This record gives sequence, C-alpha cells and structure tokens, in this order.
Amino acid sequence: MRPFTYVRAGDVAEAVREAARPGAKFLGGGTNLVDLMREDIERPSTLVDITRLPLAEVTEPPGGGLRIGALVRNSHLAAHPLVRARYPVLSQALLSGASAQLRNMATVGGNLLQRTRCLYFYDGAAACNKREPGSGCDAIGGFNRYHAVLGTSESCIATHPSDMAVALAALDAVVEVTGEGGTRRISLGDFHRLPEGTPHLETTLRPGELVTAVELPELPVAARSRYRKVRDRASYAFALVSVAAALEVRDGAVGAVRLALGGVAAKPWRAHEAERVLLGGPATEEAFRQAADAELAAATGRPDNTFKIELARRTVVATLRQLAAEAGTA
Amino acid sequence: MAEVRIRVNGATATLDIEPQVSLLDALREHLGLTGAKKGCAQGACGACTVLADGERIVSCLALAVQYEGREITTVEGLADGERLHPLQKAFIAHDGLQCGYCTPGQLCSAIGMLAEHRAGAPSAVTEQPPGLPEAPSGPPPVLSEAEIRERMSGNLCRCGAYNGIVAAIQEVAATDAEMTR
Amino acid sequence: MTTVTEAPAPPGGATGVRPVGAPVDRVDGREKTTGAARYSAEYPYPDLAHAALVPATIARGRVTRIDTDEAAAVTGVLAVLTHLNAPKLKPARRPTPFDLSGAVSGTPVDYLGTDEVHWDGQPVAVVVAESLEAARHAARLVRVGYEESPATVDFAAELDHAEPDKGNPVQPGRTVKGDAPAALAAAAVSVDLRFRTPPYNHNALEPHSTTAVWDGDRLTVHEGTQHIGWLRKHLANRFGVPADGVRVVSTYVGGAFGGKFRVWAGTLLAALSARAVGRPVRLMLTREEVYRTVGGRTPSVQRVALGARPDGTLTAIVHTAITRTGRSGGDVEPVTGVTRHQYACDNILAEQKRARLDVLPNTTMRAPGESIGTFALESAVDELAVRLGLDPIEVRMRNDPEVGPVDGKKFSHRRVREAYAAGAERFGWDRRDPRPGSMRDGRWLVGMGVATAYHPALMMGAQVTVRLSAGGSVLVRCGFHEFGNGASTAQTQIAAQALGVPVEAVTVEYGSSDQPVGPMGGGSIQTASVAADLLAACEKVRREVLDLAGRSPDSPLRGCAPGDVEARDGGLFRVGRPGAGETYAVILGRAGRGEVEAAVGTGSRLAGVAGQARSFGRALRGLRGFGRAATGAQFCEVRVDSDTGEVRVTRWTGVFDIGTVVNPKLAGSQLRGGIVMGLGMALGEETLVDPRTGRIMNPSLAEYHIPVHADVPRIDVHVLDDPDPTMPLGVVGAGEVGITGVAAAVANAVRHATGRRLTELPITLDQLL
Ligand SMILES: Cc1cc2nc3c(=O)[nH]c(=O)nc-3n(C[C@H](O)[C@H](O)[C@H](O)COP(=O)(O)OP(=O)(O)OC[C@H]3O[C@@H](n4cnc5c(N)ncnc54)[C@H](O)[C@@H]3O)c2cc1C
Ligand code: SF4
Ligand code: FES
Ligand code: FES
Repeated sequence: MRPFTYVRAGDVAEAVREAARPGAKFLGGGTNLVDLMREDIERPSTLVDITRLPLAEVTEPPGGGLRIGALVRNSHLAAHPLVRARYPVLSQALLSGASAQLRNMATVGGNLLQRTRCLYFYDGAAACNKREPGSGCDAIGGFNRYHAVLGTSESCIATHPSDMAVALAALDAVVEVTGEGGTRRISLGDFHRLPEGTPHLETTLRPGELVTAVELPELPVAARSRYRKVRDRASYAFALVSVAAALEVRDGAVGAVRLALGGVAAKPWRAHEAERVLLGGPATEEAFRQAADAELAAATGRPDNTFKIELARRTVVATLRQLAAEAGTA
Repeated sequence: MAEVRIRVNGATATLDIEPQVSLLDALREHLGLTGAKKGCAQGACGACTVLADGERIVSCLALAVQYEGREITTVEGLADGERLHPLQKAFIAHDGLQCGYCTPGQLCSAIGMLAEHRAGAPSAVTEQPPGLPEAPSGPPPVLSEAEIRERMSGNLCRCGAYNGIVAAIQEVAATDAEMTR
Repeated sequence: MTTVTEAPAPPGGATGVRPVGAPVDRVDGREKTTGAARYSAEYPYPDLAHAALVPATIARGRVTRIDTDEAAAVTGVLAVLTHLNAPKLKPARRPTPFDLSGAVSGTPVDYLGTDEVHWDGQPVAVVVAESLEAARHAARLVRVGYEESPATVDFAAELDHAEPDKGNPVQPGRTVKGDAPAALAAAAVSVDLRFRTPPYNHNALEPHSTTAVWDGDRLTVHEGTQHIGWLRKHLANRFGVPADGVRVVSTYVGGAFGGKFRVWAGTLLAALSARAVGRPVRLMLTREEVYRTVGGRTPSVQRVALGARPDGTLTAIVHTAITRTGRSGGDVEPVTGVTRHQYACDNILAEQKRARLDVLPNTTMRAPGESIGTFALESAVDELAVRLGLDPIEVRMRNDPEVGPVDGKKFSHRRVREAYAAGAERFGWDRRDPRPGSMRDGRWLVGMGVATAYHPALMMGAQVTVRLSAGGSVLVRCGFHEFGNGASTAQTQIAAQALGVPVEAVTVEYGSSDQPVGPMGGGSIQTASVAADLLAACEKVRREVLDLAGRSPDSPLRGCAPGDVEARDGGLFRVGRPGAGETYAVILGRAGRGEVEAAVGTGSRLAGVAGQARSFGRALRGLRGFGRAATGAQFCEVRVDSDTGEVRVTRWTGVFDIGTVVNPKLAGSQLRGGIVMGLGMALGEETLVDPRTGRIMNPSLAEYHIPVHADVPRIDVHVLDDPDPTMPLGVVGAGEVGITGVAAAVANAVRHATGRRLTELPITLDQLL
C-alpha cells in the first residue's frame, strides 16, 4: 500500500474541507477501500476518516419515512426494528451481503460507493478502462460470468456488487450529499452511472462530496417486500443475480409494486418497465413472466454470462410469486 | 509515523506506526500477538477476526489508526488465566479444529455472534414474516444449526472442521440461553 | 463398528480405556485455541526483515529491463534482488534412490538465476525491507520489461497435442487388459461420457510462510512443510551448505493438503534474501502469491466408457485422461489409477496423456488422481445404472472384485460391501424413489446419489526414538508432520498403548529436523509409517525393560519371554495373570536406571542414507504384496432450486474402511474434512486461468469459492473399525479417502434430482437452468 496522510474528521464541515485536498478519499469502514489500496488500485494521498462523524443514527423524519445516517453500519441497519418492520427487503439485502464481520464494519455510504469485483479491474496487469481509461477491457473476451447484461457498453461490462443498493433502488431512496458547494439530494436511480464511454465515472457524486444520509420515503408496499439473492455459495458470495421486490395485491390485481435487480448492471437496476407492465394487472405467474421479459428484452449476454438473463427472469418470477402467495395467506 | 493507542485485551498499547499498518499487522508484528491469523488479507476468510468493543470485525481490512481508543479483544484475551473460555473447551471437546489456523478467528467470531444473537439481531436465514405491523420484539430467534452456519459463514475453514465448530457453538449457546433465562 | 459422534470424549488414557481407539482430544487443542501455537511466520527475531515478491506478468520469455530505483528508494528497503544481483542458487538435484529429496523441488527453475520467465507469476525480483508495509509497497514499484516468447497456455486448445504419459514406479501410464474397445462395441448396454475438471488450488488457510535465519553456513527455517527431511536436504543442496547445519522447524502447519509438500519460490527466496541482507527474513506469501508461485491441481479432461450385460455385469471399462503439467515441471496426476482397482472386468483400458504448458507446474493435491478420477468413473457407473434400470449400489456390488482386476493381487482387506450396507441403512437409501425428478420438497427438487471412495495405502519408513523414564513418562521423538491430521495425538495414543501408560504420560516431539527423520506427511502414509517404527521402538524398550527385570531373582517377570508379557498399568505384566508383574518404576529403580531408550532407523550418518533406501524399499514392497486401500461409500442428498438451479447439499453419510481407527474423533474430522473439500470441488472451486495469457485471474479467497459454513450440512461419518492385517496395528490412513467419490456422489444426486447428467465441475447453477 502506498503511504498516505491520515486525517480524522471531527465534523462534516471539516471532512468536506479535508476532502478538497487533491487525491483525498473518505474512509468509511475501509472494507473496500483498504482492500483496493492494498491491491494498488486505489492510491489516495490522504484518507479522511469519517467514521467518528455524528452520522450513525437512524431517525424518523417528521414527514414520514426513514433517514439513515451515512455511517450507520450495515449490521446495525439490518437489525434496526423499523427497517425490519417497514422495509424488510433492505434488512434482507444487507444480511445477504458479505459476512457478519464485514457488515459490522461497512457503512451505508461506503456500501453505495464500493467498486466492482471484476477480476480484471482487480488485476493491475490487465487492461481495464475503469481502472485506466482507454486501456481496453479484458473482461469482454475473458472471464465474465459475474458481469453485466443490462446497460453495458463496449468500454465496460462490470457490475455494481452491492446488495443494499438494490433494495434502496426499489425503495425510491434518496441520497443526501454535502460538498463545498452545499448539500444536494440525488435519487438513488440517478446516483450510479452506466459505463457508456467513461466507466471510470461511476456515480454522479462530485469530487469531494460526502454522502451524509440516505432517505427512504414512507412506502406502505415496502412492508411486503423480499430480497432474493442467487449466488454460487450458500453464503458469503456476491450475487449472480438478485431481486428486490415489494408487492401489494388487491383483489388479485397488482396494487403496488417495486422491483429492482442486482448483479446485472453497473448500477442497481430499477425495473421500471416491469413495474409498468405489472401495475394494475393480474398477480399471476404469467403476468410476472411477461413483466420480467419486458424488462430483460434489452439484455445482452456474453459467453460466460448469458445465463443471467434467464436466471434474472426466473428469479423475478419466483420472488413475485412468493410475495403474491404471502399476500394471499396474510 | 504516528503514535496510536489502542486497548488490547484490557491493556493499553502504544504503537508507533505508519497509517498503512493494518490492525492485524499491528497485533501480529508490533505487539507480538500472533493469535489473530492472516489467511488472505482480503477480508475473505475471517482468520483475522477480532472483537472491537465486543463486535467482530476482520482486522486485515482495518487500519490500526482508525481503531485508536477502541477496545480490542483477540484470542489471547479469551481465557481467564489458565481457565479456558467455555467456547475454547467446547472447540477442543467437539474437535472443532484441525490445523488450528482458522480457530482463533472462529472463536472470536462465535463470541461476537452469540452477543449479536442475544441482542436479537436477525440473519439471512431468520424467517421473518413480511408485513410485520410493528417492530419485531420478543426473544431472539432460536440458534438452530442453520442459523449458526449462516452467521458463521464469514469464517472459512479449509480443513473442514465445520461440523465440530457448529456443535461446539451450539453447546455453549445452550448454556448461554440457560443463563439468560 | 464405531460411530463417530460429536460427543465429548471420555478422559483419554484413563485406566481401563485402551488408548488406541479412544476418542482422545487433540493433544495440541489448548495451544491452538488460545493462540499460543506458533506458525512459521510467528517466530520473533529482533532483527527481522520482511520480503515481498515481484511476480512476472508474462507466460514465457525474458526479462529485458528491470528498474528497481524507485523501489530501492522507499524508506526502509534493504535490498531489491533480481537476476542481475542475486546470489545464485545451486541447481536442483534429481531424485535418486539414495537421495529422494530432489523430489520436493516444485520446479527446476532457478529463481533469480536467469532472465528467463517460465510462467505468469514466476518471481522475477524480491524486495527486502525493514517493515512488511515497505516491502509490499516497494515490490509494486519494481518496473519490469519483457521480451515475450510464444507461449502455450490454453489447456483446452492443447488436448490434441497431448503426449502419452510414461508413468512412474507406482503406476504405468497405460494399462491394458483384454480388448476393452471391442468389448465396448459389443456390449448390450453402454455409456460413453466425457468429463472436465478445472484446476484447483489447495488454499490451506495459512499462506506459505518462511522465516529464514542464517548463522554463517548454518540456516534455520521456520516453514510449514509436509517433508521436513527433504526440505532440509533440498535447502542444503540449493545453498551448497551441509545438511547438518540446516534446521527446519515446522511444529504447527496451517493446513497443507499436498500444497506444502514441494518447495516453491517463497521458501528459497526467503532464505536467499536472508543470506543477501545478513538478517533474518520473513516471507509470508500473500494469498495472490500463493496462487502464482505454488502449484495447484491440474485440470483434466476424461473419458469413461463402460459396457455391461443387462444384468449389470461389466464387460468393458475405458478410462482415458489428459492432464496438464508445466513445461518447467510437475508430474502427471494419476487420474486413471482408481480404474485399475475398482471393478472386476475382463476388458480394461486405462490410459493417460499429458499436455505441457507454459504455466506454473502442478503439484500433488489431496488424493491426487483419485479425487478427480473417481468423479469420472463413479459418475459413469451411475449413468450405466440408470441405463440398466438398476440401483446404482446394486451395479457396484455386482462388480465388486475378489482380487485386483488388473494385477490379480489379493486384497489385504476389502469392505466395500459392508460400507454400502451400513451406509444405505444410516442414510435411508430405501426411501429413494429411483425415478429422476420424482422427489420434491416445495420448490426444491431432491436427489440422492452414491459413489465409492478409494485411496491406495502405502507405507514408508521413519526414524523414531522412544525414551521411557523411571517415573513412567514416555518421550517419543520423530520429525513427522502435524498439519491438522491429528498425527501428534494418534502417535501419542499408539505409544501409550504399546507401553501400557496413560496418554497423559506420553510426550511426542515432532515437527522439526531436531528429531529423527519422519516420513512424508502426504499420501495418507504417515500414521501407519510412523506407527510401524514407533511400535518397533516400543518393543525394543519393552525387551530391554524385561531384560532388566529378568536379572533380578525377585521379579515376577523373571524367566518370561517377550511374548509372555504385556505392557499395561505403567509396567509389564504376565499375560492373563493380573498382578503378576511390575511397574517400570520398580524395574528401572531396582536396576538403578533413570531411563531406557530405544531407537529405530537412526544411528550413523550412513543410516540416514540406508534409512532412505529402506523407506523406499518398504513402499515398493508394500505395493508388491497385496492390493491395499482405504475405501468407502459416500451417500449424498442434494436439493436443487427448481427456479434458479442452485444446488445445496443437505445430507451426507460416509462409511469408510480405514483399517484400525486410532482415534475415532480425529479420524472423523479428517474424513469430514476430505468430504468438505470434495464439496468444494463439486460445487464451487475453480482456478480461473485466462486462456489468452495463462494468468490466474481469481487469486483470492473472495473469488475462489471454497465451502463456507452454510454450504456444509451435518456429515454423518462412520468407520468400519476393522484392522488391515498387513499394516502396523491394522492402520490404513484416513487423510485422503474422504475426498474421493464426493464430487461423483453430488453429480449423481443432481442427476437423480433433475434428470440431468452433469459432467463438468464445478456444478454451477447455469448448467441447470
Ligand atoms: C470478501 C468480501 C465480500 C463481500 N461481499 C459482499 C456482498 O456479498 N454484497 C455486498 O453488497 N457487498 C459485499 N462486500 C462489499 C462490502 O459490502 C463493502 O466493502 C462495504 O459495504 C463498503 O463499506 P465501507 O464503509 O467499508 O466502505 P469503504 O471501504 O470505507 O469505502 C468505499 C468507498 O466509498 C467511499 N466512501 C465511504 N463513505 C463515504 C461517504 N460517506 N461519502 C462519500 N464517499 C464515501 C470511500 O472513499 C471509498 O471510495 C464484500 C466485501 C468483501 C471484502
Ligand atoms: S468490465 Fe469494466 S471493470 Fe472489468 S475490465 Fe472491463 S472495463 Fe475494467
Ligand atoms: S485475513 Fe482477514 S479476512 Fe482473511
Ligand atoms: S482448522 Fe485448519 S483451516 Fe480450520
């Protein structure tokens, strides 16, 4: 790991100020950043430790919903009674990610900003446009079983590995960020970017901006939600495909629905098209399949990962089927 | 170089280290506490698990400076003098170890896990009926084998001592439950 | 029959409990659970420096430019060693019958000796620094320029160019009995399947680590190894120093699985660096460096074709395999070995080929040959059973051989039938509906499968000393290897039994070159090999004690022949006459002796060479006499998610014949461990070698999926505690048989659950969508 300067920020203003130094990065739990620094992929000259900032609370804003401080640990958020009761999909997504140890360290902000697990991104000897713009993409002709099938470009086919973010995408979350220019709010759908020609630009965060909170709107349908993660091991493995879904069935018809996919794109993939197909229609297996098909119509696979398209379709159907069944019995 | 003070197994340690030094390397190379193991330094095996203020973390991805002032417990801090911690005894009795390299991490992880469980934390296999109107309350979920396995999945054991580890934890969890009842 | 359970042990060695066969707790359990056990990177030296490797990033060629300035400028860097400035190693020796140590050389490549690059990942420089952080950081700053030569790295593309394997002293590359191709063509029922297994890595949880300390020409290395004796000689040879001056300390080894049998770059370069900087040096490989510099298991492509009569009698077996070796080393993995022993058949063809690639040489990994060979063979037998409409156990029983199918040798012991019978009952095989896809549990498709486990048994020699002191304590010394196998506990029990003392009275010193030379810790040979010589040494002690007793007219043992007495209750007693005997304290006290000591296999320096030849001889003789093996029956239940194709193993029963069980608790752990590793092979593990570059792309425990807790169900292990009459104490060895047959049992269960025969490992959900 390259030497760097360590600064511990006492408050948000100080953190933002320190982050203005060239080459500075925020240090959350460090579970992604320290790993990448050791791999010589991240090379910050300054680390601004933000873990002692007073941003580790989950609160209920007057207007409803939930406000989650950026430094709430993943494990604490997953166990939070209000999250479990009102947004179970978020609790489940968090609990399906990484390991208990990592979840105790990982922060909400860091989780959102974790980088891809693409094998070629991790290997300094490989060509990777994300790591070194313009160098090429060794994943396209190489091992790409874990790679994206939606929203890819000829520059990059990496996925965003977060589970939490998939649930947040389904829940219409909003990210609050603070920088030297002040505070702004970015909807989660606009927070991560697709690769296009610039895969090294991963979010719409401006340099030096600090994620301070994530806000969840009040969302009754979210009480009936699930996260389904499909992976190679029974635990402690990144998603091949995951589905975050919330479903409300009224008289056999879909009254409300939220759907997002993970493991398929460079961002948590909100399935707007599928939601459109589902809303108001019958809550049947056939309808679920049509919705999944509609969402995945634009998907393109590579030799190793074409299976993900079918897998995503089946996982969407299975998750909605389960939610519908639970709605029927509740 | 910076001076960093951390509390390790109840004693204060002062270290003169670069900020690049991980908590794991600080323990192993600077404090001579080699109980915490390095299996990957990638956050992927759990061999380096220690407790920070009672919570289990992987010390290989923790920078020591960041843990300034925190209370760290390593495997060396589990026994009470010559008296082994019940979990250490149970690991031996159930043969929850072979080469022993993952063992310190498994032990620290299990202790952290039991505390999480006592506090009512769910896991990915905890069945939770959707649509709970209120915040869940009541006693923590029963620590079934499936629960233990899921909760301990951050600790790899290449020797495959998993069955013994689960049995050992289950035994201790049972007496734990007795005591808290 | 002994059931291995998780129940706490009765206190080991209590009077009345026979130490051999008792579920004694691991003798090093306390050290390992308190953090007191020191592994090889954990020995403190005041002056210690740290090393880091710089791996090559091309598969073949030359280093044309190596810029070390930036690295050397890092504060704390002591040296940057490259082929331009490093002290030269002596060439690796080829093994001879009198010095087999050359066999531990992972590759003959002279690290830092030339500008040549033989595989992607070969170290081309080493950085030594005051701190770990400085060494690692500086290693990233070494800039290397290469001239690349055409390299052959794509195994799949080289299959057509594979050359016949010449075989080895244990197994020829090609075995022909009858005319298998003709019999296959004429068979009433046949299957002909092609299998693929990927490269695997051992991934012992402790990365290979070396702490090397020179004192003049004397060298101490702390190193986890599976062959202390050979490592010592090999180091002496490579550094041109006397072997006597090389000390190897290997008390605790954090897992091995064959991966710590050979000597790789890290060990040599740590010692080289220590010599160059004149300070103790530690090199703990990063996980990535383990992948790039320590060989793993070869990939394989196999064909198994079987012909049978409608009643299930086999008429033809064809098993061919192509595996990979490095162009710069590696042995052919004996994949088809098992096929020469498993089923009675008049027509057998077993044949191996190898493709030589410009990749890191492969090496031994748990049950080399059998682990992947049984996947193909036992899957094919299962498929044959399906075609025959017969129960897969039935087909196996119908063809269970009376004698070695190819060599015609008698089996010393074969209990495969009993293993299946016991397993079927424990597992509930009769609940299996044979129709594929017929057993469902909600969204899960349930399947059950079986496979036969097989691993040949070998024995080599050991040097052992045993010292019995008047106080009744026993000290055993033998430089064998304890990497979780339970060897130290097992030998403690054996010595306790042989001398009739409680387990607590026995101390075993092992794991270093300070002790007499032990056998290799591999091939499942160690327990039996040490036991043979330990028993001989204990026998010598007993004779001497008896002799001492006999000199006294008062002794109730006077006039007794060795066969008339037995060792128990801390002394010698007449057989069948309780009370007629004396304790060691009495006998030695009267004789004025503080202790009695006996040695087997040691002595002069010449004895070392003789011992080697004796050991090799024992191994070959053992092969000549009988067909000997550990065997077993693996029973597996899988659940396959009908939506996603996820496969989860939910139940397991393994019944094994490993001869006498010295310690059912520890043997159970060994067997379970093998099964767990087999589950990894079956369902998750794969080393990804980029066919374009020959570079390993997932050198990480995050992306190479070994099983986690959640992947492993409760494993019911059962041992037929039945001594092998041709082995010391009847012990066969349990280290490897557990992994064999596992992948096949899983694949067979998946076949049953889904109707799909999967022939490529690992079995991942995409194959089932
Ligand atoms: C072995 C392993 C397995 C894993 N498996 C999974 C998995 O299955 N699913 C999953 O979702 N994740 C998984 N993870 C990833 C893990 O969830 C992330 O590493 C973690 O969430 C990152 O959080 P952190 O606080 O540690 O971030 P850090 O490592 O501290 O930071 C990550 C990035 O975010 C930036 N950052 C942090 N906080 C802020 C902030 N408030 N504002 C602006 N920038 C910020 C940092 O500068 C850095 O660039 C795994 C990780 C490992 C090592
Ligand atoms: S997929 Fe993206 S991250 Fe991976 S190598 Fe290509 S450009 Fe890099
Ligand atoms: S060493 Fe920290 S997780 Fe492996
Ligand atoms: S005991 Fe060896 S890795 Fe767990």
